[in-house]
Amino acid sequence: MARYITIDNTSPAVPLAEIPDEHYGAVYDDLADRLAQERYHMAHYFAREEGDRLRFYAILLDDSSRKIMITSFAMGYHDEGPLPSLTALRPAMHPFERDITERYGVRFDAMPWDKPLRLPFDRRDRRASVGNYPFYTIEGDSLHEVNVGPIHAGIIEPGAFRFICNGETVLHLEIALGYQHRGLERQFTAADNRLRQAVLAETAAGDTAAANATAFAEAVEKLAGHTPPEGLVRERAAALELERMAMHIADTGALSMDVGYQLGQVACEALRTMTINTTQAWCGNRFAKGLIRPFGTNKPLTAEKTDMIRRNVAEIVRRYDEVRHDIKSSPTLLARYEQCGVVPRSEMLRIGGVGMAARASGVERDIRTSHPSGIFSRQIAHESIVKRHGDVMARLMMRCREVLQSAGYIDRILASHRPDTSAPRPDYVRPLAPDALAVGLVEAWRGELCHVAVTNAAGRIADYRIKDPSIHNWLALALAVRGEGISDFPICNKSFNLSYCGHDL
Amino acid sequence: MILPKIKVLRSHGRQYIPDLTEVTLTDEFRGRPELTATDDMSDVEAAAAMCPTAAITTAPFTLDLGRCLFCGECALRAPRNIRFTNDYRIGSASREALVVRAGDTAVDFRHDCVRTEIPRLFGHALKLRQVSAGGDASNEMELNATGNVNFDFGRYGVEFTASPRHADGVVITGPVTCNMAAALEMCYDAVPDPKIVIACGADACSGGLFAASRAVDRSFFERHRVDLWLPGAPAHPMVFIEGVMNLTGRWRRREAEK
Repeated sequence: MARYITIDNTSPAVPLAEIPDEHYGAVYDDLADRLAQERYHMAHYFAREEGDRLRFYAILLDDSSRKIMITSFAMGYHDEGPLPSLTALRPAMHPFERDITERYGVRFDAMPWDKPLRLPFDRRDRRASVGNYPFYTIEGDSLHEVNVGPIHAGIIEPGAFRFICNGETVLHLEIALGYQHRGLERQFTAADNRLRQAVLAETAAGDTAAANATAFAEAVEKLAGHTPPEGLVRERAAALELERMAMHIADTGALSMDVGYQLGQVACEALRTMTINTTQAWCGNRFAKGLIRPFGTNKPLTAEKTDMIRRNVAEIVRRYDEVRHDIKSSPTLLARYEQCGVVPRSEMLRIGGVGMAARASGVERDIRTSHPSGIFSRQIAHESIVKRHGDVMARLMMRCREVLQSAGYIDRILASHRPDTSAPRPDYVRPLAPDALAVGLVEAWRGELCHVAVTNAAGRIADYRIKDPSIHNWLALALAVRGEGISDFPICNKSFNLSYCGHDL
Repeated sequence: MILPKIKVLRSHGRQYIPDLTEVTLTDEFRGRPELTATDDMSDVEAAAAMCPTAAITTAPFTLDLGRCLFCGECALRAPRNIRFTNDYRIGSASREALVVRAGDTAVDFRHDCVRTEIPRLFGHALKLRQVSAGGDASNEMELNATGNVNFDFGRYGVEFTASPRHADGVVITGPVTCNMAAALEMCYDAVPDPKIVIACGADACSGGLFAASRAVDRSFFERHRVDLWLPGAPAHPMVFIEGVMNLTGRWRRREAEK
């Protein structure tokens, strides 16, 4: 058994001195045991330089007790291991161990997928590059490879996809990322400018700006020992659910387009426009950039704006539900979506899938239920929507149901919302606890976002780590297309719609 | 079944914007800023100090839209000096013209900087290849939106192609990461001459938040001329549409009042 410090998602920051200092052996045994149980999964597992040592932090989530369990261990900075690989036992750990190897040169013994993760500019092995990624290959006269990317056929972010096909059937897909790497995490410590840090968080994934900004704000507020007031919490939740609606509607449109269902495509395009224009009429930006800030808001909801949002959301959801009904009554669409791109529950669990994609496969991973904060720890007891089939249809219907659910939440939140003329303004200079670690954990539309902020002795952010849900779910996409015709790749891909920049940072 | 489809159609109605020249964005939208110099510039100094991309200078008083993320914090910090209007006519053929000065009432498109063959060759139709090189997906989604059922930029023959071989130019989003630099160059090379380059969004125009990041390689912009600079984080679809229409000589923005 390893020792942990146990908190929940509303606790203040943890002093670094209170995080247990374990030996790798104890952590390894304990995590191998716990991660075999469905109730546990890893929110983040990373290493950071600490003087002449490298300290590893494990942030483990216990879904059934709402607890966040944190432990650590250290090794000499120039000690390259090898350490026995947790990935070898628990494949869900692969992105974390690959990240540590890539940044610090630590080797993991018997690591089954020892490959670059995002090829950061400060990688230890300078010989590795996007040009020589070690793609998996299979020999055979009947097989051929199809390479797609890094630039794709549409207006979309870059990534390299390598298919190994037997005729039209995909045997294997490998996804090589890193093209979007901007050095984002390092930029958090480049200047001690809290506004700049908030804006950096928003751009971690621009289609998830509200959720990323919320995770940042929560982490910073925890470091200041501050609990945000009720009104602010409501407005953040409304922004987060509007973002979920907008992206789910956009993806419904994209899935319609890829099967030639033009009616659904254009209807959803118009509905997404209406959703993001609602956000724009609230805060001036269609992606909610500038809306969520630590300790306060520059865009408090007025009575008129509250009414405008409720009115628009009601209209959007009425029309969107007609599209949903049309999809469900069109056999030609069902023939494309159903039983396509299946990720069974057992596989989703093994690879550590999160968010709506995991819930579509019957794995209930939802921070709003398991580790609620903000409005979900106060006014609303969230009940996750869970589907069983794990196919494109399940992921599409998951979106449809979540749009309706989010619309209901927005209406509920705003129905009882009293505009507060004395709403607090953002604070970019409030002192933060020194030598402490805070976790911002938010259920974004794709799944769980985990931001970790670590401060130094002066109370400045010394390390900032972001985990986008896509880092787990890219592997789910690769598994989903196995055995499918390669022509079904586009709908499988859109049914996940994962983030490249959130992965590459 | 046909009935559900009729329902969707009836609710959908007519969604396209009939006249793109007449679009006015919500008052909340943060577009072209207006700067006013005052005797006491201490508020501007405070705003400049907190600006995430160092877009503001105090002497002379300027705001560089090529760097600006339109977060709007400076206008809150220095309300007497900086005010964001909802004017989306902020693209320009000249990088220098993106620097707004005190008293400016428009961004100068600088039609004199447009290569003469551009209106002649691309004034009727323009096909573009988009390359995201570290973009955060918001610019990319806004570029997609230019072709959607609302904006329908395709009505003017401006569309995005799947292949650079079919394109007349490239639209770059993102600061250009080291890991995408080679792919971007290959894509540019694959576009047949004569071709144009559009930098879309603050990241592409200046590197934005990542201007000093070691993960970024901006040498592309030293080798190749940019024909159209579009500010924004992200650039609103109307910023793109208005910019491209001016570049191709089909619209003419009013000149800045000197």
